[in-house]
Amino acid sequence: MSHRFCYAAFVLVVLSAATASAQAAPQPPDAQALRSAIDDLKKDFEARLSALETRLAAIEGGQQAAAAQPLPAPPPPPPSPAGEPPSAATFSAPQGSANAPDGAASKVFNPDMAVIGDFLGTAGRVHTDPANNITPAPAFEMHESEASFQAVVDPYARADFFLSFGEEGVNLEEGFVTLTSLPGGLLTKVGKMRAAFGKVNSLHNHVLPWADRPLVIKNLVGGEDGISDAGVSVAKLIPNSWLFLEATGQVFRGDSGSPESPLYQTSQRGQLSYVAHLRGYQDLSESTNLDLGASWSRGYNATGLPQDIDNLTTRLIGFDATVRWKPLRRSIYHSFVGRSEVIWSSREQPDGLQSGMGYYVSGDYQFARRWFAGIRFDGSDRAYDSSLHDSGGSAILTYWPSEFSQVRGQYRRTAYAIGPAANEFLFQFQFSIGAHGAHPF
Amino acid sequence: MNRKLLISMLGSMLIAASAGAQSKLNVMTTTEDLAAIAREVGGDRITVEAIARGYQDPHFVEAKPSFILKLQKADLLIVVGRELEIGWLPPLVQQSRNGKIQPGAEGYLDASLGAQILEIPTGQITRAMGDVHPLGNPHYWMDPENGKRIGKEIADAFDRQRPGNKAYFDQRLNDFTTRLDAAEKKWLAMMAPYKGTKVVTYHRSFPNFAERFGLEIVGYVEPRPGIPPTPQHTLDLITEMKRQNVKVMLIEPYFDLKTPTAIGRETGARVLVMPPSVGGVKETSDYFSLFDYNINLLVDALKK
Repeated sequence: MSHRFCYAAFVLVVLSAATASAQAAPQPPDAQALRSAIDDLKKDFEARLSALETRLAAIEGGQQAAAAQPLPAPPPPPPSPAGEPPSAATFSAPQGSANAPDGAASKVFNPDMAVIGDFLGTAGRVHTDPANNITPAPAFEMHESEASFQAVVDPYARADFFLSFGEEGVNLEEGFVTLTSLPGGLLTKVGKMRAAFGKVNSLHNHVLPWADRPLVIKNLVGGEDGISDAGVSVAKLIPNSWLFLEATGQVFRGDSGSPESPLYQTSQRGQLSYVAHLRGYQDLSESTNLDLGASWSRGYNATGLPQDIDNLTTRLIGFDATVRWKPLRRSIYHSFVGRSEVIWSSREQPDGLQSGMGYYVSGDYQFARRWFAGIRFDGSDRAYDSSLHDSGGSAILTYWPSEFSQVRGQYRRTAYAIGPAANEFLFQFQFSIGAHGAHPF
Repeated sequence: MNRKLLISMLGSMLIAASAGAQSKLNVMTTTEDLAAIAREVGGDRITVEAIARGYQDPHFVEAKPSFILKLQKADLLIVVGRELEIGWLPPLVQQSRNGKIQPGAEGYLDASLGAQILEIPTGQITRAMGDVHPLGNPHYWMDPENGKRIGKEIADAFDRQRPGNKAYFDQRLNDFTTRLDAAEKKWLAMMAPYKGTKVVTYHRSFPNFAERFGLEIVGYVEPRPGIPPTPQHTLDLITEMKRQNVKVMLIEPYFDLKTPTAIGRETGARVLVMPPSVGGVKETSDYFSLFDYNINLLVDALKK
């Protein structure tokens, strides 16, 4: 015991001498060997100390977790409750080895979880006309809180769930399984999903370059919810030597659209809706690429139901084009995305066929690492009465404090078919916690 | 008779061609560094292509559909891992329709598993620390010792994929390791006089390099990983660099030089554009020239 004490005292003396000498001026060469020996000793000492500290922290962490449980009953020691934030021990598990602590082992298979908040503020005067689908957004709104759960199911599939919470109520935005390795190069999704109609329809709110969706989507393609339904999607790459070509076919139950902008509604089991999409993509250079698409969709609408007519359909045809520019050497500072979609709608109604058309064109330029400026022009006939035409324009400024949050301001002027034009300012604040999601392309 | 001969010749050519095609392993890597090491080990028995270019920030690569086409045909996908590619690789692999290269499958190799990883966070981490990598610093290939470990992992994966070529791959791995040992000795000798030199880097791309070659990193131009420089942090860094007499800054080629140049003007430190990847500048065409270039760059700057 006293020997050990002596040894520790010696180490301390040597260490303090070493640190003192380290601050002093250059040493004679014969001291070098001694110094390196002491350095080794010091390193060893520090390594042991930090190892002990880590163990102590792990033990204390365990105790805190135990203390946090409300019941006085003696808690079972190591396996901590699932869903608890990752403890220190989880991350200090060395080199991805399998000998993770007991508590972490049960969490390994938890899906990647994230929550994205989307806060929306709106200012400006707008003429209220609920009969014509003009309902102004409130001044402040926690527009959406999207929770995602994503993980690999087994060697053949992965699953993705996106639950969209409004201020009241929950909606399954998407929930599907993707079969990743079917023969014949078929990529198959089964579940509820946003359909592959054009570009914007398949995008979640938080990856849009705007705070809202363009008029053409609101008027013709089911509004914010868009074509989003339960069904099966099959996508196949068409081999050729020129470009990336992907054909997607989707079959859905037949219910799509938002309450304020209904699109498809099924009244019988056989009234399915369909979406077909062809996408061509080509790199024009290392920094520039072009993405073109053609889409078709058909489903039954509900306009005849009050008169007991249940076989009226809506057909949509769309073309989309996206050009992207991003110089690789400065890819985090500058980029440009130009996009456009044109969509035609033919809607059978008890009073006859309504054929309308709408479009948007937009450009977003990243002028600094965290700053984006954008502009958008959009216009659309209304699906139920194509003689009514709305048009609008927006200017958008977006700032990214980090990869995980985003502040956006958008000035929007809309000339509605009926009533005075609306000048509005939209403010959007988005923030994301949890697993690091993939960047949209 | 002639026709028979022709048919048999054609037949044998076809068989030879298909055997050749079968034996050439189609390898995709996420970065040019991994492609360079795979090339060293695989020689002419593989084809290899990288997704990210050496002069782009490997955290932010666009998930272009043209990469899907390449991944679709791959036998083996080699990734840096440690969540470096988390922002862009998962959607590409999912859409590749290639069961062989899905994470966990035989054709998916995380090159970090055998490597020495630094900066594995201990204790609670939050994003208040910036875009931290919870599994440790992913820029581990910047140490030739890790280069050898990556080479070993890759050779093992090649052996599993093409057992018939095991001897060839093992021999090439041996050769690579021997040459790298010799080169490392030379690099260490070149850097020996400058042991303990204090440097500042833009992002945390060089901890393995600094540890191997005896540099001491005392600060970063970024206040936190992934967060661009702020005026206050820049002022603090200038003060700190003056206090510690830091004379060299290492800046990755894909970062803007405006702030580093301003700091250099203020402190008298030299700004070196130092590629952390093969292909970062045109002189760094393989794994050896990456270190040759960087060490020459450093030694030239430190000599003055």
